[in-house]
Amino acid sequence: MSVLLTGEQRKPFSGSQTARWLLAGGLPLMVVAVGIAALGIGRYSVPPEQVYRILLATVLPIEPTWSETDARVVILLRGPRVILSMLVGGGLALSGAVLQGVFRNPLVGPQILGVSSGAAFGGALAILFGLGWVFLVGSALACGILALVIVYAMSLVDGRTPILMLVLAGVVTSAFFTALVSVLTYVADPYSRLPAIVFWLMGSLATATYPRVVPAALPVLIGGGLILLLRWRLNILSLGEEEAAALGVRVQPLRWLLLVAVAAIVAGAVAVSGVVGWVGLVVPHLARMWVGPDHRVLLPVTLLLGAAYLTIIDTLARSLTPAEIPLGILTALVGAPVFFVLLRRTRGRGWVDA
Amino acid sequence: MLELTDIGFAYSAHNWLFRHVSLCLNASEIIAILGPNGRGKSTLLRCAAGLLIPREGSVRQANSIGYVPQSNQVSFAYSAFEMVLMGRARQIGLFAAPRQRDYDSAQQALERVGLAHLAERPFFHLSGGEQQLVLIARALASESKVLILDEPAAALDLHNQKRVLRLLRALAHQGLSILLTTHHPQHAQFLANRVLLMYGSEDCRIGLADALLTEANLSALYGVRLRILTFEEGGTMRQTLAPMYADD
Repeated sequence: MSVLLTGEQRKPFSGSQTARWLLAGGLPLMVVAVGIAALGIGRYSVPPEQVYRILLATVLPIEPTWSETDARVVILLRGPRVILSMLVGGGLALSGAVLQGVFRNPLVGPQILGVSSGAAFGGALAILFGLGWVFLVGSALACGILALVIVYAMSLVDGRTPILMLVLAGVVTSAFFTALVSVLTYVADPYSRLPAIVFWLMGSLATATYPRVVPAALPVLIGGGLILLLRWRLNILSLGEEEAAALGVRVQPLRWLLLVAVAAIVAGAVAVSGVVGWVGLVVPHLARMWVGPDHRVLLPVTLLLGAAYLTIIDTLARSLTPAEIPLGILTALVGAPVFFVLLRRTRGRGWVDA
Repeated sequence: MLELTDIGFAYSAHNWLFRHVSLCLNASEIIAILGPNGRGKSTLLRCAAGLLIPREGSVRQANSIGYVPQSNQVSFAYSAFEMVLMGRARQIGLFAAPRQRDYDSAQQALERVGLAHLAERPFFHLSGGEQQLVLIARALASESKVLILDEPAAALDLHNQKRVLRLLRALAHQGLSILLTTHHPQHAQFLANRVLLMYGSEDCRIGLADALLTEANLSALYGVRLRILTFEEGGTMRQTLAPMYADD
């Protein structure tokens, strides 16, 4: 907090020099640097300056100083994977930050709405029936949205959806779809389908290709753009329903606009990468401790931080051991202790102990 | 400014919390609502602020209302300034962010309540009195001509009560209309031009503060005997209210 709260003059886009500087230059640069590093690192390693040239060569006429294989690895193999990890990481982190604001609770994450479980069920169903990845993505998206519709219907009281009902409906829906996923793994053929479902559920970007970037990119770009436009309104929404209404905000439409955007992002992310936990919980916290709770600064920082975070984790996942480590395992193994240390050190600065 | 016509509210059919309440709040006027707990003071206030729709009757607002809630639990550590800035929501488009104009207006509002020096403090680190002043500043930043306050001085010590009450009186002198609830008849006595006494669900009386704040009326309202003590201090006659807790 103290970093953010020192400015003497009031200028639009409050927050101190630090936060503005971070947004304007530091953080995007860091994301680009992480991306270039990730494109080079791996079993077949390419030096960063070579990666940089290969990337430039896609738009500028540059004399190749690299081998055909270098370019293939960077552009075709790792390219879509790095793009996907940034989209999924940024999207999940942003979703987590929005949900924490909407539910006025810093401990909720993208799982709370039941959308993750719904999408997981949809994906597992497609794998069980041996359908291709287009169906997998479509089915995951559809079931994720279906979960949100169920949550909405269950939480509706007198034409409104109180937060408490929303949380309970989310928990119920989540538990229900999780049970359905268990049913699928129970009936799945243990030699062919079961391992595929289990590995998909653990989360992985190993099968990334450019066509798969689309189902993740569309929700993140559209939903994320919408969320960023509404980021100051989210401050008001996080004061609670009655206060927001008293300040002239139409709470129900605004809340659902944000929730639908979040659901689309989460469903898109699950569709292409399986269930990747912890990103949506840890990264918003990290960002909040760093730049404070004002969503105008918090949301862009969270988005960029999430993109860098998951790209680093995914690079570790594919280069630490000869076999790939599932992404969901690493995000939890890294996320949980980091989260704990941060919480202890800052004692929940940026949010109020309820 | 604000007109309530024959409004009534019930959570379930025919179980009226209050009925047949009418009042018209004029410019620069302060009206205080008094009544025991559970009589529906806050509900009436929410109806007036447009946060609840009364079951019968109509509420007419000439312009936007600045509503100051009773207690505020913020989940995030917004600074006092950020809190005040949120009062500008009506002036700022759905997809827009606050601009210089909004910052100036929020800053002025904080100065008006005398808390400019605390602008960057986290709201929840402020004392109860300061929090109340920040919430009033937020209502001022919204440029409302009508303030509606739920128990503005209920949880405050005497010094902070004085701060809030004097501020409200000064704001009324500057042209704002104020509707508030209070548990303290002394506050109504100090502030209000008119008072609304909520005796029962179908028995509400409204009138000039001087006429209605009598020993008999207040004693009947709370079921506690109240004395109005008049004394002379420095050549002027003063009055105070004293509840007689020991009597029964």
